[in-house]
Amino acid sequence: MNLLFKAGGGLFALLLTAGTISAFKSTAVVQKGNAGLAMETIEDKANLPQRIKDNQLPPVIPYESKGDLAVDAYKNVQVLGHLTTGQMTGLMNAMALWVAPNDGGCAYCHAPLRDATGKVVKSADGTTQVDPNNLQSDELYAKRVARRMLEMTLRINGDWKQHVQGTGVTCYTCHRGNPVPKYIWFDQPESDPEGMLGYNANQNSPAAVAGVTSLPGDALQTFLETDENIRIQSTHAVDDGNRASIKQAEWTYALMIHMSNALGVNCTYCHNTRSMGEWSTSPATRAQAWYGIRMVRELNGQYLLPLARNGTLPANRLGSFGDGPKVNCATCHQRAYKPLLGQSLLGDYPMLAQAMPQPAKTVVAAASAAASATNEPPASPAEPVAVPPQASAVPAPSATPASSQPTHPAPSRSNPPRP
Amino acid sequence: MEYFNIFTQIQVSGPPDLGPPLKGNQFRVRATRMSTWIGWFASAQLGPIYLGYLGIASILFGFIAIEIIGLNMWASVGWSPVQFIRQLPWLALEPPPPSMGLHLPPLNQGGWWLMAGFFLTTSILLWWLRTYRRAKALGMGTHVAWAFAGAIWLYLVLGFIRPVLMGSWGEAVPFGIFPHLDWTAAFSIRYGNLFYNPFHALSIAFLYGSTLLFAMHGATVLALSHLGGEREVGQVIDRGTAAERGALFWRWTMGFNATFESIHRWAWWFAVLCPLTGGIGILLTGTAVDNWYLWAVKHNFAPQYAQVYTIDPDPALDPKLPGPPPASNIHVYTESPGKPAAPAPTEVKP
Repeated sequence: MNLLFKAGGGLFALLLTAGTISAFKSTAVVQKGNAGLAMETIEDKANLPQRIKDNQLPPVIPYESKGDLAVDAYKNVQVLGHLTTGQMTGLMNAMALWVAPNDGGCAYCHAPLRDATGKVVKSADGTTQVDPNNLQSDELYAKRVARRMLEMTLRINGDWKQHVQGTGVTCYTCHRGNPVPKYIWFDQPESDPEGMLGYNANQNSPAAVAGVTSLPGDALQTFLETDENIRIQSTHAVDDGNRASIKQAEWTYALMIHMSNALGVNCTYCHNTRSMGEWSTSPATRAQAWYGIRMVRELNGQYLLPLARNGTLPANRLGSFGDGPKVNCATCHQRAYKPLLGQSLLGDYPMLAQAMPQPAKTVVAAASAAASATNEPPASPAEPVAVPPQASAVPAPSATPASSQPTHPAPSRSNPPRP
Repeated sequence: MEYFNIFTQIQVSGPPDLGPPLKGNQFRVRATRMSTWIGWFASAQLGPIYLGYLGIASILFGFIAIEIIGLNMWASVGWSPVQFIRQLPWLALEPPPPSMGLHLPPLNQGGWWLMAGFFLTTSILLWWLRTYRRAKALGMGTHVAWAFAGAIWLYLVLGFIRPVLMGSWGEAVPFGIFPHLDWTAAFSIRYGNLFYNPFHALSIAFLYGSTLLFAMHGATVLALSHLGGEREVGQVIDRGTAAERGALFWRWTMGFNATFESIHRWAWWFAVLCPLTGGIGILLTGTAVDNWYLWAVKHNFAPQYAQVYTIDPDPALDPKLPGPPPASNIHVYTESPGKPAAPAPTEVKP
């Protein structure tokens, strides 16, 4: 009996020790503040190889920078008309690789080749061919979306340097080879039931966005679609007059957990957690994140939500409330503290660095002069040969201006109308 | 080895012990039985139990409260039994939205919470009265009742006194497992880190102190059980050396010892002061102090440390935001022959 007790106890202690040791994760810690204050970022070592693998840059397909102005060489170039044909080809090839490498490449956005009867011609392996003589077509919704997304990318890189700095973003930052980026979000239903019972104030169920806590699951709608106040903490020791409730604090907390998950960082990456709201003790990363939140609000409000509202996106791309896919911190960051671990593609693709004024189509008489004058990167493309901008930039006489009434999806795509 | 065991070593079995003779008929339910299973952890004798009017009323009110909470939780998952079990730790009955203040909220917007709180509080107070009256009936002191009152104080501060002082039921704690923990974290964040609240610090000291005292006392008595150290009745008649050894052990190791009487005084005060100080800390939060960190810095309770990394000032004070984005310049291209016009991805002006 005695022996049995000792053996049993020994075995129990052994299992307990082994279990305790194996439960601990091996972490890498980078200290940022004074010693002993836990101002540090913590990295799970087991995740490091996967994180590095997930954040490799795609290969750069070599391209020529020379050529005529795209606005002259191609039809219906509305955003990138200032590029040369070489740059345009390079960017288009890159976009096919970044966005739709397994979904038809160029054919994901560009109109398919059709025979005389209008039937889509397919190659032997069943893939759709792009009609090389109809690259200008806006038939596919994906092309119309892509154009707006290019405008968005140029806006981010040109005007949101407070957040993206010189690293910038490209289509690949979010898309990573997927036509629809992996990390997007849609509006959540109100979780409060209609009847007599069950009020839970849109919280109190496992909220994926807030790290599967019981915090509010609609924090993204609250803070990244509408610009509710995130700050809840009092800024004076006493007599502050701040009436923010604890429930508001729960909403803010949910957003912060999203940001932590999206960047794969702990709170101290941006906050000195002894006093979350104190700017005079917070690392500089916090100010950068502040601009990031404003940037995401603009991207959702000005670039992404309108694509659903004006009928550009087909029904199968919409959420259950008719809202389009939206961005949050994870869309670019994808669990890395800097997207693609801070590697930039803008050096290889400088044409995405900022929006440029669009040159008008070169008048035919001056075509030869334009060809020689535009081989350089178009620093001031409208200068030598073009007619004044905005004079006749509309490529087709029947084109509708940008401010026209929203229309509905093209019937040619057989998309059911949105509910 | 006999005393080195997690189970009770001696089970008494025989005629039930009905306690000392008391005035009048004190036992409502006289039934008793012996349970070997309970005997492993406690006294083997079950009963006699005294329910009385207070006990019955308390159980009834408590049942109503649990019922309101449980049914609301179940309704919040659309009455799915599977989801009720799966999500139970996440579910809660939420207090009214802060916008309602102290007004009577609609039933399904905090009204049920208010009712559940009323029934639960009534149940707890009736149970307190029961512990007080049963102690009196047995000629005991009322130490148990007053210790229980310490916990009730914290409960009332969280769910009633502080919300009333703040003027909003929405300040109160939801009834739920994870939700009340999330509430606690949010509470600390909202008021500038509760760790800088000195009453919170006291409460933690008494909490950890209680566990330390409990471990010291429990270990001492168990370590003397082979000398009859735990047999308090037997010790009176036939004292061995258990008490002397235990006392000497602590004088050897730390210079002084609590007596077999005073150790229970230590334990009682540590346990009671934990919710008492905690309740004071909660009560002052938001009513007297709005940011505990800043309060602590102001009163030299928290040190300032030199910064060794780059700090940017609050960007909201001088935002360097870009201007509004340029209006989309995109037009619909309709040159393709035979194809219908594609819709323009135009902006919708809000």
